Amino acid sequence: MHLSTYLGLLHSAENSLAEAFGQVGRHHADEPDVEHLCQTLGEKAAGHVESLGPFLARYGEHREDEPDRLRAAEFSGTRSGGVGLLRDLQDLYALASFVDVTWTVVGQAAQGVPDADLLKTVQNCQTDTRTQLSWLQTRIKQAAPQALIVAK
Amino acid sequence: MDSADRVENVWGARTPHERGTAWPVRVDQELAVAEAEVDRWVQSACVLCSNGCACDIAVKDGRMVGVRGRAVDRINHGRLGPKGLYASWQWSDQDRLTQPLIRTAEGLRPASWDEAMDRIVEESKKRHPLQHGFYTSGQLFLEEYYTLGVIGKAGLGTPHMDGNTRLCTATAGASLKETFGSDGQPGSYEDIESCDALFLFGHNLAATQTVLWARVLDRVEGPDTPAIVVVDPRDTPTARMAERTGGVHLAPLPGTNLALMNGLIHELIEHGHVDEEYVARHTIGYDELVAAVAAYEPKQVAEICGVNAVDVQRAAEIFGTSERVLSTVLQGFYQSHQATAAACQVNNLHLLRGLIGKPGCGVLQMNGQPTAENTRECGADGDLPGFRNWANQHHIDELSTLWNVDPLKIPHWAPPTHAMQLWRYVEQGSIDFLWISATNPAVSLPELPRIRDILDRDGLFLVVQDGFLTETAEHADVVLPAALWGEKQGTFTNASRTVHLSDQAVDPPGEARSDLDIFLDYARRMDFRDKDGQPLIGWSTPEEAFEAWKECSRGRPCDYSGLTYDALRGGSGIPWPCTDDNPEGTDRLYPDSVFPTDSYVCEDFGHDLLTGGSTTPEQYKATEPAGRAFLKAATFQQPPEWISSGYPLIATTGRSPYHFHTRTKTGRSRKLRQAEPSVWVELSAADAADLGIAEGDRVRVESERGWMEGPARIGRVRPGVVFVPFHFGYWDSTDRGRTAANEFTLTEWDPVSKQPLYKVAAVRVRPSG
Ligand code: SF4
Repeated sequence: MHLSTYLGLLHSAENSLAEAFGQVGRHHADEPDVEHLCQTLGEKAAGHVESLGPFLARYGEHREDEPDRLRAAEFSGTRSGGVGLLRDLQDLYALASFVDVTWTVVGQAAQGVPDADLLKTVQNCQTDTRTQLSWLQTRIKQAAPQALIVAK
Repeated sequence: MDSADRVENVWGARTPHERGTAWPVRVDQELAVAEAEVDRWVQSACVLCSNGCACDIAVKDGRMVGVRGRAVDRINHGRLGPKGLYASWQWSDQDRLTQPLIRTAEGLRPASWDEAMDRIVEESKKRHPLQHGFYTSGQLFLEEYYTLGVIGKAGLGTPHMDGNTRLCTATAGASLKETFGSDGQPGSYEDIESCDALFLFGHNLAATQTVLWARVLDRVEGPDTPAIVVVDPRDTPTARMAERTGGVHLAPLPGTNLALMNGLIHELIEHGHVDEEYVARHTIGYDELVAAVAAYEPKQVAEICGVNAVDVQRAAEIFGTSERVLSTVLQGFYQSHQATAAACQVNNLHLLRGLIGKPGCGVLQMNGQPTAENTRECGADGDLPGFRNWANQHHIDELSTLWNVDPLKIPHWAPPTHAMQLWRYVEQGSIDFLWISATNPAVSLPELPRIRDILDRDGLFLVVQDGFLTETAEHADVVLPAALWGEKQGTFTNASRTVHLSDQAVDPPGEARSDLDIFLDYARRMDFRDKDGQPLIGWSTPEEAFEAWKECSRGRPCDYSGLTYDALRGGSGIPWPCTDDNPEGTDRLYPDSVFPTDSYVCEDFGHDLLTGGSTTPEQYKATEPAGRAFLKAATFQQPPEWISSGYPLIATTGRSPYHFHTRTKTGRSRKLRQAEPSVWVELSAADAADLGIAEGDRVRVESERGWMEGPARIGRVRPGVVFVPFHFGYWDSTDRGRTAANEFTLTEWDPVSKQPLYKVAAVRVRPSG
């Protein structure tokens, strides 16, 4: 059963996301909303890592042998300035989207098993992930014109 | 006590009356000359808080010499408070700016209007629209905001425009949009006459709108006193009235309002005080709300907020069992942590019981400043005029037709730039043309050391338009002298949607001009044109601007189309919406509980209350609101700044009944200056004892960002909390001491309303010798 593979994937993706939110927040501390909300949203991702615990125990956490094809997206470090902020937020967006669709996949499997607990966890966590995506999208939209047209 | 002296007796003599009867008239007047010597009386309304008390200005020999409350007016029934009586005109011939000023190497020097405006236009034309920022006010007139809004949105095409209303009223607007789909005050002041319970959420009404408090006191002193519940960490005259009326004073720790509100909602649900039929018919989101508040048991709330569980239960019981409940909300919520989420819970309490749109039942999401409502309506706070939705192409098309400009000209690609972000862009240099009108950010914005650095930034071209050489104007490249109240004509709308006309009583001093004339001059010199090559702005007088605005507002929730200057003259102010079919205006919104949430109508598609992430149009439409209100919920989060061993106290800021804003006017009133001459620092008796501080000792309040000093006043805040009034800047300081509360406040804001957090700064306090 490949559910364990996907749980492992999700586990490491949420971990990367939590870490990336933390890094971006700390790096852009001059933008108080970014600092504060990255922290809040990073804590949510960290919370997801925890909620995955029982299911990793239940199904096992299988690390796929084909690491290149099934590895979570990775965050490669922060940048500075208006455009830098934009790119960092975009990276977070890519990572969070990956997490989102991975939850969708796990949710499908949870229905197939069926595993009501897992399904509930998927629903809760995916709601949070959508919140992360919606904030990122909003903030990116706000930052883009200024950063691309007139930032120094 | 001389009850005519309104410094001594702030709220004046009582005129008690029964529930459901009209508030009696009492006319207040202040004259510098004998009444017989007055040449004429000119109609206006007071601009020293959001109440908008109607008054007439006494004129003698071309000078303002007095004021008298207007007995016919629905807002004040003749009354005026200390600010209205003693500071509405007394400043008019002191320290006024009478000529434009231009910066040279030696400092500011007088210049002609041509020279000053040419300089501004030259700098403006050099720059991309996105390099322009406009930071305006809650104290101009409707006609001025609308004109400025059109200049920004259809002339230049910049989204960087906001008012200081971001600091005072943004959360009122945001919470109304989130719950009801659009801005617009649901309630009416007349609800005071018929309510059975009055809830004041973070609203020290006795100090902030003194005449409205007098209206409450007249119910308290009459038979069938309403129960008053006050949420405020300070023990104020407002809070003491709670105990007297059998209500409750809840003093939560600053930053914990949302936990308290979730607790009240939890109790309402737990004890079956929910009108289930109403909720099912008129709201969306009940199940999510129930889930979100499930954990907020009174005990839990008591722990988070530092209040008694029984008080939470009692307050919820009063809300749940009183027949008619009126709630008001102000800065204790708006300028605090999770502001929009907390303010939305007030709306939710009313929706859960179906207490809205009926006499005595209403929500008043208040404003701080007199014309803040117009900043919001006219789009001078960045929103689109007429409560239009920037994410709704249909609304953009309406504006592009009205203004006859390309829809792409109107900046609607992203949320409008809120003030805190606007200042950040100035700090980063991507906005380097900043035009400030009628506000004093060098005293009123948070974290002043940072603001001063920004104002002095190399490469920034700064225009300041004001009646006085304020602390902000001292940093300007060009200073424009503006006419003030009584010296120009226009309309404005108070916190309960009531529109007043303020006629011109006297000439402005020297060469000062109205803000409207200044904006129009800029538009002319910039040669803003519409699609057909005609001048973009076709009006040149206040009344013509008002007529243009009426067209813009037609069919929108804030419909002014039935109003005229003539209709506003002679009688009472009139509350919008006011149309040809409804010339008397509208007391209360939503009598039928049909809310402007339809996706074609709504001003906003809403946000996630925790993060401010926008709801997409598709997500919004999928909820099929169709006139139902949203019960939005959120869980409590720790404030972004909290006490530590280095900074063990929480500081909060607020107002005095005797002063307004940064005291440009009230500080020039002899009486009010005497009443409250300088800043003070309020500490609880327990904290003062710990720190070895006695009444009157000079103390320093210090955060990670900055510090201020003042004499200690002991015993009126809850332990752990320090209170400092924010009025006291530096224009009249003789010793150069640091007196502004905003020296220590922090640069953080609510994720939805973007209102800064003035009420939660971690500080330490020590004697400063
Ligand atoms: S309550 Fe407000 S509007 Fe009325 S007189 Fe006082 S300051 Fe002016």
